[in-house]
Amino acid sequence: MVALETVQMWAVVALVVVGSFFLTVGTIGLLRLPNVYNRMHATSKPATIGTVAIFLAGFAYFGPGGAGLSSLVGIVFLFLTVPTGAHMISRAAERTGVSFLGSVTWPGKTDDE
Amino acid sequence: MTAEGAIVPVVDAAIVLVSLLNLFCGYRAVRGPTVPDRVVALDAIATNIVAIAVLFAIKTGRGLFVTVSLVLAIIAFLSTVAVAKFVTEGDIIVTQE
Repeated sequence: MVALETVQMWAVVALVVVGSFFLTVGTIGLLRLPNVYNRMHATSKPATIGTVAIFLAGFAYFGPGGAGLSSLVGIVFLFLTVPTGAHMISRAAERTGVSFLGSVTWPGKTDDE
Repeated sequence: MTAEGAIVPVVDAAIVLVSLLNLFCGYRAVRGPTVPDRVVALDAIATNIVAIAVLFAIKTGRGLFVTVSLVLAIIAFLSTVAVAKFVTEGDIIVTQE
């Protein structure tokens, strides 16, 4: 019989490792991908998943209530705001004339526009 | 190796790793060819700093720093939206004609 505290601490360790891995993937994508839109894809999805995993580690460490509840609120906040911010930056990039790769167009536009 | 002994070095290593990732994001923020590149890099830095605040809360055992990370997330979102509006419109608050 494993103590509950041991399971809790190993859950914290595993979630911190997973979160660090996804943050690393997001930063490598930010450095290596060729275009603003691709870099935004890399930073919005893996970096969000990594931060959510670290928030879940905080929830597993502090327990339900107090700081653990704040961690859950942070997860909801990130899932609401990060796609909104990424969409606004990509729209600003498209309006200021940053070109797409190849024959890619903005959704809803046709080729002869 | 007990779980209590494993949690401190793992969280320390994660804090050092995410700080190094912030340096690499700073490279993109300096070198980025266009303005939206820099905004994306600064947004990634803000996300990493939110993660660092939560890791610091786990390391020290003080739940206050989770609230600090929430405030940092709010500031990051507001600044991203403000810069996106400024790049597009040339002004942050645009009045309807």
